[in-house]
Amino acid sequence: MPPLPAWGAPESEPLLAVEDLHVEFVTRQGTVKAVNGVGYALHPGETLAVLGESGSGKSVTAQAIMGILDTPPARVPKGRIRFRGTDLLGLSEDARSQVRGSRIAMIFQDALSALNPVFTVGSQIAEMFRVHRGMSRRDAERRAVELMDRVRIPGARQRLHDYPHQFSGGMRQRIMIAMAIALDPEVLIADEPTTALDVTVQAQIMELLAELKRESDMGLILITHDLGVVADVADKIVVMYGGRVVENAPVHDLYRAPAHPYTRGLLDSIPRIDRKGRELHAIAGMPPNLLDMPPGCAFAPRCPYRQDDCVTAAPPLHRIGSTRGSACHYWREVLDGSHG
Amino acid sequence: MSDPAVSGPAVRVGGGDGGSGTAPRGAAAPRARHARRAKSPGGSPARPSRGAPAGRPASLWSDAWHELRRRPLFVAAAVLIGVILLMAAVPQLFTSVDPYDAASCRLGDARQAPSAAHWFGTDNQGCDTLARTVYGTRNSLLVGLSTTAVTVLVGGLLGLVAGFRGGLPDALLSRVSEVFFAIPSVLGALLILAVFRTGTVWTVMLALAVLAWPMTFRIMRAAVIAARGQDYVVAARALGASGRRIMFRHILPNAVTSVIVVATVNLGVFIAAEAGLSFLGVGIQSPEISWGLMIADARPRFLEAASPLLFPAAFLSLTVLAFIMLGDAVRDALDPKLR
Amino acid sequence: MAATGDAILEVRDLVKHFPLTQGVVVRKQIGAVRAVDGISFDLRRGETLGIVGESGCGKSTLAKLLMGLERPTRGSVRIKGREIAGAKGGELKRIRRNIQLVMQDPYTSLNPRMTVGDIVGEPYEIHPEAAPKGDRRRRVQALLELVGLDPDHVNRYPHQFSGGQRQRIGIARGLALQPEVIVCDEPVSALDVSIQAQVVNLLARLQRDLGLSYVFIAHDLSVVRHIADRVGVMYLGKMVELGRDAEVYGQPAHPYTQALLSAVPVPDPEGRERRERIVLRGDPPSPANPPSGCRFRTRCWKAQEVCAQQEPPLQLRPGTWHESACHFPQIHDVIRAF
Repeated sequence: MPPLPAWGAPESEPLLAVEDLHVEFVTRQGTVKAVNGVGYALHPGETLAVLGESGSGKSVTAQAIMGILDTPPARVPKGRIRFRGTDLLGLSEDARSQVRGSRIAMIFQDALSALNPVFTVGSQIAEMFRVHRGMSRRDAERRAVELMDRVRIPGARQRLHDYPHQFSGGMRQRIMIAMAIALDPEVLIADEPTTALDVTVQAQIMELLAELKRESDMGLILITHDLGVVADVADKIVVMYGGRVVENAPVHDLYRAPAHPYTRGLLDSIPRIDRKGRELHAIAGMPPNLLDMPPGCAFAPRCPYRQDDCVTAAPPLHRIGSTRGSACHYWREVLDGSHG
Repeated sequence: MSDPAVSGPAVRVGGGDGGSGTAPRGAAAPRARHARRAKSPGGSPARPSRGAPAGRPASLWSDAWHELRRRPLFVAAAVLIGVILLMAAVPQLFTSVDPYDAASCRLGDARQAPSAAHWFGTDNQGCDTLARTVYGTRNSLLVGLSTTAVTVLVGGLLGLVAGFRGGLPDALLSRVSEVFFAIPSVLGALLILAVFRTGTVWTVMLALAVLAWPMTFRIMRAAVIAARGQDYVVAARALGASGRRIMFRHILPNAVTSVIVVATVNLGVFIAAEAGLSFLGVGIQSPEISWGLMIADARPRFLEAASPLLFPAAFLSLTVLAFIMLGDAVRDALDPKLR
Repeated sequence: MAATGDAILEVRDLVKHFPLTQGVVVRKQIGAVRAVDGISFDLRRGETLGIVGESGCGKSTLAKLLMGLERPTRGSVRIKGREIAGAKGGELKRIRRNIQLVMQDPYTSLNPRMTVGDIVGEPYEIHPEAAPKGDRRRRVQALLELVGLDPDHVNRYPHQFSGGQRQRIGIARGLALQPEVIVCDEPVSALDVSIQAQVVNLLARLQRDLGLSYVFIAHDLSVVRHIADRVGVMYLGKMVELGRDAEVYGQPAHPYTQALLSAVPVPDPEGRERRERIVLRGDPPSPANPPSGCRFRTRCWKAQEVCAQQEPPLQLRPGTWHESACHFPQIHDVIRAF
């Protein structure tokens, strides 16, 4: 398969571009093909949502970008991750750790396990400055308080010496965000940042992320399974299924008229707070087994548009206009059906 | 559907208390359609059907047994243990020499290397090492098995009670076990055995069991507490299951595996501990024979004659290995995820 | 929906306080976590009552109280007129045939060392009078078929099934005793989006076919909207609003309900810049030390003096058509779409 073209605004150089990325895990049961030729691009100041269910490869791709995959069992047999033009996969481990944390940062779903329980939050935030910037203890602590203020933790100075368990879930996620933005990264990857949180807290965190993004020119990759969160904040969407990108589009276009049967099925299957439906259109069947991927389209076994050729040949990412793409042989039919 | 009458027995599964017992025909059509849809067309995690076919009810234990019989590890361990047990029961099958007969030893033949007459050589007293090793199996195995059995029964049962009941019984039992934990093992065994004048299999077993049960207790207690908090226990309670049912049907099968593993490792430890006690002069004593005793006897002149120490030590290692292999195989077989 | 008038489940002034104790030898009670603090509602035959609220609001404790898995500090839970709250032994066991539970996590709610046949058949072992011995296996297979599973899979173990299939197994177990009420505690929140709809549809179909009544507890307001006939909103152990789904979602009267609804992301980017969003400040107070008067007043933008002094009861209030617990109720549609 030829490297997928970076899409989106082609006139500007993307901040981060993932190209034809493959990631495998070697396990006792066989090789798990978690990511199979994923490509997407992020521009400065943009929010890119990567949407998918568990096993879609959305988190593994992010971990490959961060360079935090455990190798082995993970392996990256193919692909490029270009950050400001440089292929991160070609760098030495030393050079990558220069990028990690300071220029590309990441926050995780479970803030409690991502924070060290035996150190105060102040010392953990301050450590970012001490390690990467070589600041004195006193300066680093001062910066830690500033950051905690910036992520709106009330009474930052008093709470500096508290331990992670003394904070609520929402506050812990703020601390994680503080650590992630400490060194003014150019790219922030948020992996399901609000999934473990209540809706009202979720709204607070998403608002915080949006504000932080406005303050700088940071690019945000938001990894989520929640179509509602995506609709609220994203500029562009990449939909992943079975380790591939099945659709990408600007957010308004995708919700107005999905061009891939999986995206369409997802939109039809979720209950909505603003509507009372009769019956949800469930997508039949189950997600594919990554140990034993079908040769053709990964979604074919569950697809209402399936034809014979779907089972034999994996569809490439067809370009639709200048801004969209769909990995479906029958994207025209899907698009028409969506309009109708 | 607004007609309340429809919610009657027609679509009930298998009839009400009155026992009409009719098959639920009413909902057959939508059900069949749904069943087809739920069967994933090819994309599902394909798993080979295993265990018994649908015709015969399966259970954890019968499935485990089916699984065990197909495992080379289990078969090897079982054969080895079979031979060892046979050796302990009828040592005459393996050697024509009776080491309990003083006439079988000749001081003039002491410390001979292995030969056609003495396959394993002879020891310091000129006794046949093969015969002594074979005859020593019984005492060593008895110590190992009986101590393991007692610690698993006592420690396991108390751990089950303490973990399941919690509260006061747990607090009391835990404190008591900690007191026993605090006793230095060699000193404790010396003390207990000093009470009896002669060391026999049973006094050694008693001494070791008294000191070792708290370990099994704690492992069982921790495993029970972990299992007790699981949702499936809540689900069973919601169904109205009795405490006994929850304990033996839900908690025990999920807690027992960690005890099995520890028990098999401990078995070897006990056999070796018996050797240590014999060496200190409080374990099984001559004229009884055990592997521990043989190792202790051979140790001072090991550099001159290695075989009287190496052979019982090798038998001991093999026995321990066989039981550990058995324990691993049983633990894996009892975990459906590993089948 | 076939919600006929008579109440099948009556909950009155239900209270559950978990004592906070200090000291090892002599235990002294130093306070209590007021997990559920005076909740009343009726569940009518054939209807679905949704209970929504955020973590710590007491909705999971409520589920346990309804199931008789926790003993209430005060109050009563009656199923078809029979009290479950104080029942013991055989009486409790008999009542349990009428009310069953579907739990959140399909991975931990099934015993990994039991076959599916044993799991779904266990209710018959516990209640031998519910099915004659020779008939149980057939019934188990019928139940599996009913929830959309292959009845030939009785001898498989839970780990051989996907999350959605496991949740179906849990549902089949809950249906075995032919209960009339099912308490669903976050039944789809652990499932993938594309699987959630399958399970929600299954629950809806079972309700239609078997005439079940559901108490559907969830934090996902969209799912509750979809399945519930009436909705109760909980905050810090109290019910702050209770009404028909269209009323609570379309005409919310309590400020907390309005904030909650406005925070739910709508899967539609159109007009997202204009959408009204009430972002609450801070975290909910601790249920061990709730605020005086109205519990929401510390985060409420309408709070007045009276809110700190008087606790607003849940009742019909002027200008609204359903019950709410606010001194200053005001209908305000924050979703604005039907």
